Amino acid sequence: MKLTDLPTGRKARVSKIVLESTGLETKLREVGFSEGDEVEMLAHGPFGGRTLAVRLNRSIIALRGAEAAMIEVEEIS
Amino acid sequence: MSAFRLALVGAPNSGKSTLFNGLTGGRAKVANYAGVTVERRSGQFTTPAGRSVELIDLPGIYGLSARSLDERIAVDVISGREGIEDAPDALLVLIDAADLRTHLHLALQLKALGRPMLLVLNMIDLAERDGVVIDVAKLEQRLGVPVVTTCATRKAGRVALLARLDELVAARPMNEAANGAIADLRSVQHEARAIAREAILREPAMNKLTRAVDRVVLNPFAGPFVLAGMLFLMFQAVFTWAEVPMTLIESGFGALGAWVSAVLPDGLVKGLIVDGVIAGVGSVVVFLPQIIILFAFILALEASGYMARAAFMMDELMLRVGLNGRAFIPLLSSFACAIPGMMSARTIENENDRLTTILVAPLMTCSARIPVYTLIVAAFIPPRTVGIFNLQGLVMFGLYLAGIVSAVLVAFVLKRTLTRGRPQPLLMEMPTYKLPDPRDFLINLSMRAWAFLRRAGTYIFWVSVGLWFLASYPRSASGIRDTFAGMLGSWLEPLLRPIGFNLEIAIALVPGLAAREVAVGALGTVYALQSTDDTAGLAQALQSAWSLPTALAFLAWYVFAPQCLATLAVARREMNSWRWTAFMVGYLLTMAYVAAGATYWTARWAGL
Repeated sequence: MKLTDLPTGRKARVSKIVLESTGLETKLREVGFSEGDEVEMLAHGPFGGRTLAVRLNRSIIALRGAEAAMIEVEEIS
Repeated sequence: MSAFRLALVGAPNSGKSTLFNGLTGGRAKVANYAGVTVERRSGQFTTPAGRSVELIDLPGIYGLSARSLDERIAVDVISGREGIEDAPDALLVLIDAADLRTHLHLALQLKALGRPMLLVLNMIDLAERDGVVIDVAKLEQRLGVPVVTTCATRKAGRVALLARLDELVAARPMNEAANGAIADLRSVQHEARAIAREAILREPAMNKLTRAVDRVVLNPFAGPFVLAGMLFLMFQAVFTWAEVPMTLIESGFGALGAWVSAVLPDGLVKGLIVDGVIAGVGSVVVFLPQIIILFAFILALEASGYMARAAFMMDELMLRVGLNGRAFIPLLSSFACAIPGMMSARTIENENDRLTTILVAPLMTCSARIPVYTLIVAAFIPPRTVGIFNLQGLVMFGLYLAGIVSAVLVAFVLKRTLTRGRPQPLLMEMPTYKLPDPRDFLINLSMRAWAFLRRAGTYIFWVSVGLWFLASYPRSASGIRDTFAGMLGSWLEPLLRPIGFNLEIAIALVPGLAAREVAVGALGTVYALQSTDDTAGLAQALQSAWSLPTALAFLAWYVFAPQCLATLAVARREMNSWRWTAFMVGYLLTMAYVAAGATYWTARWAGL
């Protein structure tokens, strides 16, 4: 599933970063997203919630739905 | 032998500037959010072995692709590009030890550049407190570069670093530069993860305190209330806690004026000191407590780690305006002063978004407006209670709100006309919460307070002296209109008369173009000359001289007017364009004129 579909409070592993635009992929990777990393949905932003707060390993990253949709994850049950 | 040039490189908020300050004794601004440092800065220090080192502090980078202006500055220096300066002799690479896994790939990318480097796992104390255990020897062996752990805030935490630095300076081991194209980011990342798996022995889940606080702060329902409450508390504090010290300072200056009047013989010197200097400088220095409280709040917010959360909360709304959530940090800093606000807009990648942010930053109510607002509100708005609120507080809040709302509207219009562009992605790290370091906090605060006092002691002092002469001569003058200042002011007066401004305001606005609070000092001098009571404050003088519509129009003018030369100079530098600067001045002046006029005539019509 996409990172955007991960419900609040659930954990997952990054399985793939979709190659849609190389510029964006570089940005996501530089900030730290990589295959196998653990992510957790911490919160959806207020006023409509398109901005997400995601835990990546031990860091917290804020990103928008458009970017998060490029990250494929597998939920850890 | 010339100094060894060492560049500080690392992800944003990894503690580079703190280490820089610790090693060089510098006073670079440090805070707990990504993007505090947006320029190159250098300082000197001597290693224990006696080697002189030039340390270069740089904006944080996540990789070498450098999209935003601040990142380009860093990458240009590291790679010695553009022939401006040579590449540094070595790199001091910082990584936050608390999340080595996420950030290690930057170290591999930097190593591939081939320069000698020393990897520093910073904030090791906080990582260890969280329960993170790193096998440093293993990391060093796998990476093939020296690795050292530090706690940049403490001297003891830097000892090991300095020792290893001497080894590095002596040996200068070059790393093998990647030949041809640097390996693609994906494989670099995977290599970094493999190393991290071996080197990280224990890695518990994220910081517990941060998780607990964020459960409330990032909550989509509670979060906005936390933000609103925080801002409300800040303004409440600025305008109520400051009352007592302000009254003390005011009566202090009043007593000083009275004492000087009694001691000195009547004449030129007495007039100059009492009506010029004491009235002018005193009417501005009174506001020091408010300035200190405001800066204390903003510094505490910046140091705690909350700033990035505030930006997160506002992102959706900013997106609808057409801006990036990241623009919220520059705009929030602009409540202190638009200059650092405009500079921190460098972290915004998209040029059009950065430009828009700079253009609207002066609409945020900066601290220099506080003296103006407080003076007029205290003099003209009765301290009545409206519901549960104080009317003065409501007017003050309204002035701040007017600035914010117009910034939003202007940005909205600009993003659809002159600075059009697709919404840009937001990718922003939210730091672990930290208690502000008391020493840093006090140094920063005293620097701010000192800057305010220095301006009162230099610029406002001379304006007061100059204005006193201009408004006192020729001696034959029967009223202010016949003095030199009055003659100058009367040229502007016809232009300002339609928006309800009188001659005294016209006179005060001219020196007030240089900085907003100067107008208060200038009004202080002009009205002190016309009054006979040396202990009466400026507020009483204004009450009898201005009508309420004039006072309200003056407030409306100050919401918009670009009266700060320093801001305009920085805006020109940051936008690198005279045309955009002229546009900014033009639109702000137009809005100021229209708003003041509309306020004046509405108030007149309403019979106020």
